[in-house]
Amino acid sequence: MVSLSRTDLSKLAIFAAIVLTMPIWLAPFGAAYPGLMQKFAIYAIFAIGFNILFGLTGYLSFGHAAFLGVGSYTTVWSFKLLTMDILPAMALAVVVTGIFALVIGYFCLRRTGIYFSILTLAFAQMCYSLAYSVLTPITNGETGLLLAKNDPRVLDALFGASASTDGLPHPTLLGGSISGYTGFYICAVLLIVSFYISQLIFRSPFGLALRGIKSNQTRMSYTGFNTKPYTLAAFVISGMFAGLAGALLSVTDPLAGAERMKWTESGNVVLMTILGGVGTLYGPVVGAWLIKYFENIFSAINTNILHSFLSFLPDGLEQVVVAVLSKFVGEGWHLTLGLLFVLIVVFLPGGLVEGSQRLARWLTGRLKGSGAQPHPHPAE
Amino acid sequence: MATQPNIILHAADVHKNFGGLRALSDIDLQIEEGKTHAIIGPNGAGKSTLLNVIIGRIPPSSGAVVFDGQVLTGKAPHEINQLGISRVFQTPEIFVDLPVLHNVMAPAFARRDGAFRVNMLRSVDSETEIREEAEQLLQDVGLYARRFDTSGALSRGDKRRLELAMCLIQRPRLLLLDEPTAGMSRHDTNTTIDLLKKIKSSGMTKVIIEHDMHVVFSLADKISVLAQGRIIASGLPHQIKEDPRVQEAYLGGSVQ
Repeated sequence: MVSLSRTDLSKLAIFAAIVLTMPIWLAPFGAAYPGLMQKFAIYAIFAIGFNILFGLTGYLSFGHAAFLGVGSYTTVWSFKLLTMDILPAMALAVVVTGIFALVIGYFCLRRTGIYFSILTLAFAQMCYSLAYSVLTPITNGETGLLLAKNDPRVLDALFGASASTDGLPHPTLLGGSISGYTGFYICAVLLIVSFYISQLIFRSPFGLALRGIKSNQTRMSYTGFNTKPYTLAAFVISGMFAGLAGALLSVTDPLAGAERMKWTESGNVVLMTILGGVGTLYGPVVGAWLIKYFENIFSAINTNILHSFLSFLPDGLEQVVVAVLSKFVGEGWHLTLGLLFVLIVVFLPGGLVEGSQRLARWLTGRLKGSGAQPHPHPAE
Repeated sequence: MATQPNIILHAADVHKNFGGLRALSDIDLQIEEGKTHAIIGPNGAGKSTLLNVIIGRIPPSSGAVVFDGQVLTGKAPHEINQLGISRVFQTPEIFVDLPVLHNVMAPAFARRDGAFRVNMLRSVDSETEIREEAEQLLQDVGLYARRFDTSGALSRGDKRRLELAMCLIQRPRLLLLDEPTAGMSRHDTNTTIDLLKKIKSSGMTKVIIEHDMHVVFSLADKISVLAQGRIIASGLPHQIKEDPRVQEAYLGGSVQ
């Protein structure tokens, strides 16, 4: 392990344990099925990468969905042209997205603040519309890019690995199937690796330079740092994380559609990061899980479930409570999420992670009975 | 006085106009290596503008600034810093969200690793050499006890001393100080003077802009007086004290 202190190692170990035991602790929440847990892991990777840009340098990108999309398309093309194995597909996706991010970042990073955000949004929306129009030969437009039986798959053909005869081929890892829990564990391991990389960056002089840029760009340049390549490096790294997340979306479900590049996806990752805690290690992961949970579980609750849940209440009261609550679940899950977001931004400006740390400090202070002012601790 | 002094910085024939306002005209300033050169003058005389031109924050309308044989005009701020020039600003420019210790360590990385290096495999805390150097400097400026505090929580005077430490850790060849003791108590001012005197013995060249005559006359080897964008006098401290033009323009007729 490169340069992780003991506390960092234990953080990594705890994180790995939490991720790998997801099938156990998510069961009571009704979310312990591979399809959803994969999403948890994938969007956590997306948010971790986004946090390296937004959390460390303070540059708020509103166009990260473009990288998610590019990663997805690259992966499906790799499946179609090269091989059904996921390793080359993911490697290609990360590299192609990195190059793509380099180009977009080069232009967008010429501006800061709101202008940077608007530029990234414009680029992403451009990619989104291009995917529907000019680029249909590559993206297959509204239908989305799908696998076909007669795809060339040069490498597979070369090694004579054309196995399944019935139906479409499935992605494989070194010849083995990746359906079900295997798929989840692949995503989980990659999530842990992503977390580790983000830990390395947070601890390193490189990370310190990125934080310096967020804190005071003037001082950075008068201190001898050339801030442009630093921000560009952060942009490319976070783009590569998004590319990996996009690749995993296509690995677990081999198709790619332009809707992944939509601005709502870019907005989602911003929400995830802010909800969990900008610039913290765990924050983006917590935020991603929370939003994906709401999107998939909360949105599935309907009035029948509410009725059975609240059947212990007297009849008239039950009707009223269900009528009120039903506005917040099912279709209305956006309302709940929106309220939650407002509450967190207003009352816990550091997000859930910092908020819980503050709460813990307040509680320990209470228990000790000391009136000492708790020292504000630098974000992890 | 036979040996020719080594000129480390030369601002030659520098003019700066802001629209119709002549902020600087006919500036010819030579800074000798290893000396402390004070620039004094009334408010609005163009002292800060001159410093900004030297550091590359604003380009001169005409003329050039030469540092150790290299023309600074047109260079980016980080390039100028990498040549060995650090600056303490009038309003402290520090990393307010970062702990005090990291504030001091970051400039040391710029000194060691250059303007850009993706250094991800080491952790900041395992860079013991730089850490020890930073801690020593924090002890010198009296901020060691607060090294883990977020620097935004420091008082204004402490922020200035922190910024000084951030510049000193770079071991610059030329240190520019824009009113380094403004906002400090008398006691803190004297500590800072002592600290600056200590660095003086290490041979670092300093240019200092200051209002406080106590600071100027305790530190300066040479003084230039700026009034209405022109250097009206340049010389040794006692010469400046006695110069009638200076007394009229700035000192209000009397030094004491």
